[in-house]
Amino acid sequence: MEASKVIHAIYTDDDVLMSAVKKVKAEKHHIEEIYTPFPVHGLDKAMGLQGTRIAICAFLYGLVGLTVAITMMNFIMIKDWPQNIGGKPSFSYLENMPSFVPIMFELTVFFAAHLMVITFYLRSRMWPFKKAENPDPRTTDDHFLMEIAVHGNERELESLLEETGAVEINLVDKEAH
Amino acid sequence: MYDYKFSNKLKMFSFILMIIGALGVGYGFMTSHKSFEEVEHLLTEEAHHGHGGGHGEAAAHATVAHDTHGGDHGHAKDNAHDAHKEHVEHVQHQIHNRPWSALYVAAFFFMMIALGCLAFYAVQHASQAGWSPVLFRVMEGITAYLLPGALIVLIIAFFAGDHIFIWMNDDVVAHDKLIQGKSGWLNKPMFIVRGLIFIAGWFLYRHFSRKFSKAQDEANDNSNFKKLFRWSAAFLVFFLYSESMMSWDWIMSVDPHWFSTLFGWYVFASMFVSGITVIALITIYLKSRGYLEFVNENHLHDVAKFMFAISIFWTYLWFSQFMLIWYSNIPEEVTYFITRINDYKLPFFGMVAMNFIFPVLLLMNADYKRIPWFVVMTGLVILAGHYIDVFNMIMPATVGDRWSIGIPEIGSVLLFAGLFIFVVFTALTKVPLLAKGNPFIKESKEFHY
Repeated sequence: MEASKVIHAIYTDDDVLMSAVKKVKAEKHHIEEIYTPFPVHGLDKAMGLQGTRIAICAFLYGLVGLTVAITMMNFIMIKDWPQNIGGKPSFSYLENMPSFVPIMFELTVFFAAHLMVITFYLRSRMWPFKKAENPDPRTTDDHFLMEIAVHGNERELESLLEETGAVEINLVDKEAH
Repeated sequence: MYDYKFSNKLKMFSFILMIIGALGVGYGFMTSHKSFEEVEHLLTEEAHHGHGGGHGEAAAHATVAHDTHGGDHGHAKDNAHDAHKEHVEHVQHQIHNRPWSALYVAAFFFMMIALGCLAFYAVQHASQAGWSPVLFRVMEGITAYLLPGALIVLIIAFFAGDHIFIWMNDDVVAHDKLIQGKSGWLNKPMFIVRGLIFIAGWFLYRHFSRKFSKAQDEANDNSNFKKLFRWSAAFLVFFLYSESMMSWDWIMSVDPHWFSTLFGWYVFASMFVSGITVIALITIYLKSRGYLEFVNENHLHDVAKFMFAISIFWTYLWFSQFMLIWYSNIPEEVTYFITRINDYKLPFFGMVAMNFIFPVLLLMNADYKRIPWFVVMTGLVILAGHYIDVFNMIMPATVGDRWSIGIPEIGSVLLFAGLFIFVVFTALTKVPLLAKGNPFIKESKEFHY
């Protein structure tokens, strides 16, 4: 992607931001990204973002964890060194299953949680020592920033954004990541 | 439309249920009076057909069942004739017990729905929840069944006597050291007095919470709302103690030798999820009839989340109780589960599938929690599963391997289902369906997730 021009509109209130998003969307402008200091409830819906699919990942990771737990306990406790569980030596995974349920549960949760976080980082292109993509450090404190792509219509956009209550409007060159 | 009118169709339906149910219950009692010779004949026939694994196993079962029933008669059974006579009498008792137990299980199940709903209602007030006030009138309607329902359970327990509670039989207690040791708690007058105290406490909260809730509709200030908060918090304390003791009395004592320290919690989880499920079902029904226009799929989503969560909570407690007893394998404890796994395999494991695997897989997806027919379908399975849960708690102690889900059981369920529908929907007509005075009502109406 070559360098393109974008407008950064800055707001100081989440309610103002929300109504601004709705107005900008109604005028059929494309909002590239919004930077906020905290999660704003309903913003994803207003921006028309697709629902997250991380829940599907979580379910699959949970199944992986469950499988790992079953395979592991079967090898350790039944095959490799059979254990006498609760005075009922049986050499059968199924008959000893109740005592493994806590481990099966814990590993399901463990795998789902950790792999979900890692997936989220990868999907968001975040890794250690990465330079922040944040265009304005004030968005980590008390400002909200809306980034809109410009296609030779900056005049029109600027007046629209001013109407929506933006406190600051900057036209900047955006570098490709 | 804020005022609910009990449609004639539904009223007729509830009466039909009650009549069919009463006929079923009557049939159950009529056919359970088998004489000694009839039972003897029945047993020989079963032995010939190879039913239930033949006589040898049945006799072995009789000894086990005697242990669980506390019938330590202390005389050697060297005489084969005596053993035979005793076995036939034992089976005869079990057959006599069946209609009583069927009636009791169904009565308890519907009482439990109302009580679980009352606890949920109190939690909403004590936590000052913002999403649920639009559903308060539905909950108040359901809890109207609590007083008649709980009294019916106590009355059945009183008249059934040793048909359900073996410790109410003086002859058995006279020969049983363990029950004698517990007789300070397990005796009929104490049982009735405790039952009345529990019911009085629940009824008082239900009565006053309803009164304050109604008064808040017309009030100019929030004083009723504040009172409701204080009453709810106090009730929850009383409820957790009384519910736990109620579960020992009304359920756990059917196996007077056995005890489990988390039994109260376990029964609570069952009643909580049943109560919440019925809130969802009645809300969906009322909405389909054009009422409750202020309730939308966001509220349904939250109720379904509770159905999902408490189903898992129930499983957690069911498993906690099962695993510790299974693992330690102490004879006097583990006999409880051995009876259930040997004689009740299908309902015992089927209930785990219905109450855990089914709701977990069906209600996991957020979108499915917002589809009414989906919630109804899952809800009906959850309710059936928790009926079987109560069934598994009572039946093994009273009818042993003579169980079946036949006319007495289904009749009892229909009888109380009809009564439940009649009482609940009558209560719903009494006040507007929106608790408009609640200070959170606007938040609740605009609630979205």
